[in-house]
Amino acid sequence: MELLSFGDTGWGDELFLATLMTIAVSIAAMVIGFLFALIFTPLKLSKKKSLNIIGNCYTTIIRGVPELLVIYLLFFGGTGAAMYVASIFGYDGYIEINAFITGALAIGIISGAYSTEVFRGAILSIDKGQFEASKVLGIKKNIQFYKIILPQMLRLSIPNLSNVWQITLKDTSLISVTGLVEIMRQSYIAAGSTRDPLFFYSVAAILYLMLTFLSMKLINKLEIKYSKGY
Amino acid sequence: MISIFPDLLSGAVITLQLLVSSMFFGLIIGLIFAILRINKNPIINKFAYGYSYFFRGTPLLVQLYLIYYGLANIEFLRNSFFWVIIKEPYWCAIIAFSLNTGAYTSEILRSAFQTIKKGYIEAAQSLGVTKKITFYRIQLPIAIKQSLPAYGNEIILMLKGTSLASVITIMDLMGEARKVNVLTFKPFEAFITAGIIYLFITFIIHNIIKYLEKKYGFQT
Repeated sequence: MELLSFGDTGWGDELFLATLMTIAVSIAAMVIGFLFALIFTPLKLSKKKSLNIIGNCYTTIIRGVPELLVIYLLFFGGTGAAMYVASIFGYDGYIEINAFITGALAIGIISGAYSTEVFRGAILSIDKGQFEASKVLGIKKNIQFYKIILPQMLRLSIPNLSNVWQITLKDTSLISVTGLVEIMRQSYIAAGSTRDPLFFYSVAAILYLMLTFLSMKLINKLEIKYSKGY
Repeated sequence: MISIFPDLLSGAVITLQLLVSSMFFGLIIGLIFAILRINKNPIINKFAYGYSYFFRGTPLLVQLYLIYYGLANIEFLRNSFFWVIIKEPYWCAIIAFSLNTGAYTSEILRSAFQTIKKGYIEAAQSLGVTKKITFYRIQLPIAIKQSLPAYGNEIILMLKGTSLASVITIMDLMGEARKVNVLTFKPFEAFITAGIIYLFITFIIHNIIKYLEKKYGFQT
């Protein structure tokens, strides 16, 4: 237990900050994922074949390759690409892209693919009559989307988005390979310097369990709140 | 591009080995825990729930590290016969993956067991079929057929999961891709080629499952 004390001798404060980092990366990734989903969901639902293919490629490829691969590609490839761009402008030094940004972006791209599928499913499950009725009433296309489809879509997708959140939260552990100090990386450091991996990885497991447990509670509350009246 | 291909393919073989063995052990574990989950005894039931909660609530990487680095910490295990197994990263990876996929498989099978219509079991009972035979000849086949689509997804998730073996020094497809990246400083070639191989494997698994579903799928 001494190992977990706050202060210079224990790892409590480090692990606490690392937990905050995990939460921060997860939220950032989730938000980035939403942005991707908002771009690709309309493409997947579009009637145009070419747009459709783009949307399908995104979700199929991202869901078909390992998460680690996306992270490595962005981490190593991103640095290379940034250095290449910089070399055009005459800068030849080493550029390191912030691990938080690459990590959140990589996990965001992955979580976006799952969110896209969730949103697509939610829109498809909205009753066709809603679209027709609003069309008959002469409601404009974009107002129809923002005022009628979007609110229902969000409500319908909360249960599945909670799964996406769990996946995203667990995927952030993979960012540790790039050196961002989140729960996994911090436990790795602590395990290395105290030579007690069993203890620190157990602590990491408990921290993740706590995060998943608490977020489930929170999401359940949201679900109840938004399904009022149904 | 062509020169790195043999390396990556040899890695893909390791990936497939890891996948097949962990799916095999995972299926056995999953089946056992699914049966424990539908047991009426609250202690057994809770134990099985706790198992699946732990393995589904924590990242696979934590589980892998716990088994690979953590178990070596226990003096008792180090002196026992198990040390032969857990000192090898390959076996640690298989243990971690099997336990992980076992938890997900048990959930898939449990929900399949619970959605079996009561009528089937009642019909069997009224025909005087024993409990054991009802389970093996009626409940189990239906549950397996019903869980095929979800199990297919699980296989693909596990395929992606095996890439984590590379962080504990196993030269699977991902490990080979990392090696190529380090040796050649060409991250795009290495990782995109590996990605294509992964996609190819995913595609094959997807189609096999689709075929099985068509052939043996259960229509209600």
